[in-house]
Amino acid sequence: MNVVTKMEAGSTQLMSGNEAVARGVWEAGVTVGAAYPGTPSTEILENLSRYAEIHTHWSVNEKTSLEVTIGASVAGARAFCAMKHVGMNVASDALMSQTLAGVGGGLVIAVADDVGFSSSQNEQDTRYWGRFAHLPILEPSDSAEAYAMVKEAYEISEKFGCPVILRMTTRICHVKALVQLGEREVPENKGFTRDPRRWVMVPANAKARQQVQFQRDADLVAEVEGSDLNFVDDGADRSLGFVASGPAFMNVREAYPDAPVFKLGFSCPLPVEKIRAFAATVDTLLVVEETEPLVENELKAAGMLDVHGCDVLPRFGEMMPDVIRRGVARLRGEEVPEPQAAPTLDLFPRPPTMCVGCPHLPAYYCLSRLTRNTYIAGDIGCYTLGAGHPWQALDTTTCMGSSMGMSLGMSLGKAEVDAGKAVVGVIGDSTFLHMGMQGLLEMTYNKGNITVMLLDNSTTAMTGGQENPASGMDIHGAPAPKVDFAKLSEALGVNPARIKRVDPYELPTLFRTIKEEIKHDEPSVIITNRPCVLIDRFAKQPPLKVVDEDCTGCTNCLNVGCPAIQVTRREEIMKPNGKVLKKAWTRIDTVACTGCNVCLQTCGPNAIVPAYANVNPATETATPAA
Amino acid sequence: MTDNRDTVTNILVCGIGGQGVMTAAEILAQTAISLGYDTKKTEVSGMAQRGGVVTSHVRFGRRVLSPSIPPGEADLLLGFEPAEAMRWATHVRPGGPAMVNTLRLPPPIVSMGLFDYPADPIAEIRKVGLTVYDFDAGDIARGLGDMRLVNSIMLGAIADHLPFEADLLRQQTLDRFRARRPEMVDLNEKAFEAGRRAAAESAARAESSSAA
Repeated sequence: MNVVTKMEAGSTQLMSGNEAVARGVWEAGVTVGAAYPGTPSTEILENLSRYAEIHTHWSVNEKTSLEVTIGASVAGARAFCAMKHVGMNVASDALMSQTLAGVGGGLVIAVADDVGFSSSQNEQDTRYWGRFAHLPILEPSDSAEAYAMVKEAYEISEKFGCPVILRMTTRICHVKALVQLGEREVPENKGFTRDPRRWVMVPANAKARQQVQFQRDADLVAEVEGSDLNFVDDGADRSLGFVASGPAFMNVREAYPDAPVFKLGFSCPLPVEKIRAFAATVDTLLVVEETEPLVENELKAAGMLDVHGCDVLPRFGEMMPDVIRRGVARLRGEEVPEPQAAPTLDLFPRPPTMCVGCPHLPAYYCLSRLTRNTYIAGDIGCYTLGAGHPWQALDTTTCMGSSMGMSLGMSLGKAEVDAGKAVVGVIGDSTFLHMGMQGLLEMTYNKGNITVMLLDNSTTAMTGGQENPASGMDIHGAPAPKVDFAKLSEALGVNPARIKRVDPYELPTLFRTIKEEIKHDEPSVIITNRPCVLIDRFAKQPPLKVVDEDCTGCTNCLNVGCPAIQVTRREEIMKPNGKVLKKAWTRIDTVACTGCNVCLQTCGPNAIVPAYANVNPATETATPAA
Repeated sequence: MTDNRDTVTNILVCGIGGQGVMTAAEILAQTAISLGYDTKKTEVSGMAQRGGVVTSHVRFGRRVLSPSIPPGEADLLLGFEPAEAMRWATHVRPGGPAMVNTLRLPPPIVSMGLFDYPADPIAEIRKVGLTVYDFDAGDIARGLGDMRLVNSIMLGAIADHLPFEADLLRQQTLDRFRARRPEMVDLNEKAFEAGRRAAAESAARAESSSAA
């Protein structure tokens, strides 16, 4: 439903940071937006795509998304790009050189840091990119600021002729707060100005632009020192003052309502002199930042050697009010209070898991039976969960697409004792297209020997099911060219005889194919072809049940790892050799079951059967089986 | 700026991905907004939709700063699953009310035998000192013919425990369906009222057992 776009100017709405950024981008008159999905940034472009006036699309990776938006900016348009923190690692090649050339129309890059590791492989701090690339950074503290800062960022981008980074964090992206909306205003697109010395970054031109960049650095310092986005939110208790930005500002305020706080909104370059003046008004200064001690160190480098920060506060995670209170207690030499509540009661963890009927389940069921003789290099996506129980069939995960290069490297670096081991690379459709296919090319070009499991569920599943070039649809749900992975693999040099398309729900076929392909002395690509169970294209089949009197408690079906399979009772049986055999009888949650039939194929005594007899597919009515 | 700790109401909603925790929190937040409160609501997404733990913090008052409820300061716990309610019990202020759906959803790692599901999570929550209102919302939803009604049942259950009229929450809940699925309004109204009755009956049970 198109809720966001219907919101009227002047109205106040409860919006997530991501929704607020999208609204701000629309109001700022942007005409081109691109992104690759990544938690916690994904919903920015999803929301932006609902505004018909803006060209939006899903990119294949963050580098292409940034390049597209740079191109649009060079052509004169206001452009917008969003990514998660690690996305900037991919996009940074474009960033580090375009910072010299600068922008035409305004360009804002929203980068969302996953402070607190909600869904990421690291906790890197995007504020370093501002220093590295000599670019301004704005840091909102809630949705309303995110919305307002986007519009401000476009003014700054055009005033200084450079991209602006809007630094978000999970606690901004995914928190809803009230935002008062405005109107869309589209500035005139003045068009592309042909100017090779400006846009062609060959050494001579780039060298000249570097001097422009240095002047810009100086101009930006003057700007931040005078910016209203950096201000003192005063308090009566001058014994301790804070410097804070982003969500940490709200948490400082919550924990110390009477303390003076220097609120950093335009945080790069750092308004050192303004902070120095503030420091003179308080007895002690504490910098509260997520996550690296970056502001703290820059203040120290500017001679403010007595500021505090990571000496009393952690260098990781969210700066929540209780974390700040403990840090202040340490600073004051007081007894450090325990977390206010009693410790959480002793309880099982509830880690994320694969869904009922997920087409990755059979792939990992097979791989879990081969772990003794294989190394399995994994990748980023839902299938990273294959490292968990019950499969434990994934040995490495590093970054997008790394399974390809790393599996090749593992095969090359094998010790003699591991000579007999096969190496498998597991990667999903979207990740393969993002950064995996180059690794496959490296594999074929260098005559590697890897069995690639390309788990094609035709969506970008982990981030919530975004379309991609393998799904056959674009960001608006309109038909789009669909990548043929078999043809693509062949084009990248894989022997056509070694490319297998397999229905993962046909468990014996899948298992046989994997066992055969790992024996071959050249790269193989096994493409599984069932859609994600959470997308519209997935069709549920009649569900299954366990006939209790036929179940022998062998637990084979539990090894599939499907959440619909639940244990009803357990027994331990002492075998004649003294070993204890653990048995468990199961039931299937018929409401949840998707009828994929994978568990049924692991059941020796045929105790798993259709839950309903006489299913009439025309009416979808069913009568309970006897 | 002045201390706002006494003026902010904190509601913690917890459960499992896919249960409707976010929607319930959204309706609570919208109700608070309709009364003119400043309101913030956390969302948890990403991995949470893969059967993981989901919590949503709803805070409203004159001015809300941090979006997160500090440990031990939730005024009310709305638990969509008993073990998850137990997980967050210590996040509630001592003596605070906990409205808990007793329908158990054990995760796969419990099915695999790696961990045990607690024998009596409700008793554990009572031990912490919370006032527990417990009932099987799953059973009520099944009786009404649609498991998705759990959400409206749970909202009905807390309707008489909020700093505003129960009818306001009912209207907000039904307005949401009116806008999106008008054919579901009547059924959700029944679910909302069934939740209210179930909570009242749970309170009566607790009273009679303590009297005995």
